Amino acid sequence: MPDIAIVDYGMGNLRSVSKALEHVAQGASISVTSNPEVVRSASRVVVPGQGAMPDCLRELDKLGLRKAVVDAALHKPFLGICLGLQMLFDSSEEGNVKGLGIVSGKVRRFSAPATTANVQQRLKVPHMGWNQVHQAVAHPMWKDIPQDARFYFVHSYYVETATPEPAAAYTEYPFPFTCAVAKDNIFAVQFHPEKSQESGLALLSNFVHWQPTVFKGTRSRF
Amino acid sequence: MGLAKRIIPCLDVTNGRVVKGVNFIGLRDAGDPIEISRRYDDQGADELTFLDITASSDDRDLILHIIEEVAAQVFIPLTVGGGVRKVEDVRRLLNAGADKVSINTSAVQNPELVREAADRYGSQCIVVAIDAKRAENGWQVFTHGGRNATGLDVIEWAKKMQALGAGEILLTSMDRDGTRNGFDLALIRSVSDTVDVPVIASGGVGNLQHLVDGIVDGHADAVLAASIFHYGEYTVRQAKEYMAQHSIEVRL
Repeated sequence: MPDIAIVDYGMGNLRSVSKALEHVAQGASISVTSNPEVVRSASRVVVPGQGAMPDCLRELDKLGLRKAVVDAALHKPFLGICLGLQMLFDSSEEGNVKGLGIVSGKVRRFSAPATTANVQQRLKVPHMGWNQVHQAVAHPMWKDIPQDARFYFVHSYYVETATPEPAAAYTEYPFPFTCAVAKDNIFAVQFHPEKSQESGLALLSNFVHWQPTVFKGTRSRF
Repeated sequence: MGLAKRIIPCLDVTNGRVVKGVNFIGLRDAGDPIEISRRYDDQGADELTFLDITASSDDRDLILHIIEEVAAQVFIPLTVGGGVRKVEDVRRLLNAGADKVSINTSAVQNPELVREAADRYGSQCIVVAIDAKRAENGWQVFTHGGRNATGLDVIEWAKKMQALGAGEILLTSMDRDGTRNGFDLALIRSVSDTVDVPVIASGGVGNLQHLVDGIVDGHADAVLAASIFHYGEYTVRQAKEYMAQHSIEVRL
């Protein structure tokens, strides 16, 4: 029964995520796993992932992990990273697939390369590098992280929530998009805390200690 | 405010040591890769790039151990290149803790490798490194650490690599590499203005103004440098402060 399960559905390298969590949660048992039972038994669940959304959902199903991930998103402290954020939404423009439908909204691609206003320079896609995260709500996950701190991003798709409430932070590229979502026991981010040096480690440390008081699966406080 | 321009120190590694050469030859020892990685991380490097220039394939596993050790201590993106020939090589480097893998000679020999690796692991972790040399018309792609001419035009090649799935282009001017005379700005700008993926400028940095020029005149998304940092001439932080003074957005 691990303290933290990192869900491994074969989409990319999870070593960075586990190394960074080990760094901030020394003594905790951390399991990188494809086993739904291990995910079910863990106290906290992290869903990372990179690559394409259709592949990601197919792999989740192939490994029988979909239900375990949805259950975790309803009942436990849940951290989604990159695809782990995008998969929570209703649908994605990437391959026109349906997501898990846990957060209302959709995943869109950065618009066709445009020329930015101030310099004659292309908007590069993927959005790659350190950008500022503007916290839109107070949340225990932001503890010790300065407003507008920089985190490392690498993505070509971004999430658009159906209503503003779940948006916990914004980033501009070149328009403001939602880069973090907070809902009950779910916190999910577009950027990579495991690659974002001090601010990223602070966020992961906050996750290890986070005690949500409201769970999405119950809809009531107790 | 927005996306910061990145400064990426580059570590050429052979036999477990960081080295630096001039125009791809004449190597000089610059220190221990783990120690240097930690130093650059402390100084605020945005990413680190390792180029494994080990000649013998017998010693290739050394780089895996180095990356494993760095990845356990340094929490910024790590790119590793050198000797990547098969999708299996990409997998091994990613599993060791690399976030991106850079493909150079093998992309020319087998462009499908770029497509396969990008399909399997996502474009975000596939960097295509291009070694460019001035030709009569434009620039020509070279391979094997700059020894072999390919006859390929750099701009066309960059476009093709993007189409096959490269998520980023690491563009080195071989005419400038090690000279400390600054980037080949026309080269960098021509590629950066042509492709949609980010371009890292490389080759020729001798002072901090060169970094500014690479961004402002070269339109690069990131700048890569080795010797100005390795021998303690400038710290990464000094470089960033200089860039910030010149109105370039950086992570400080």
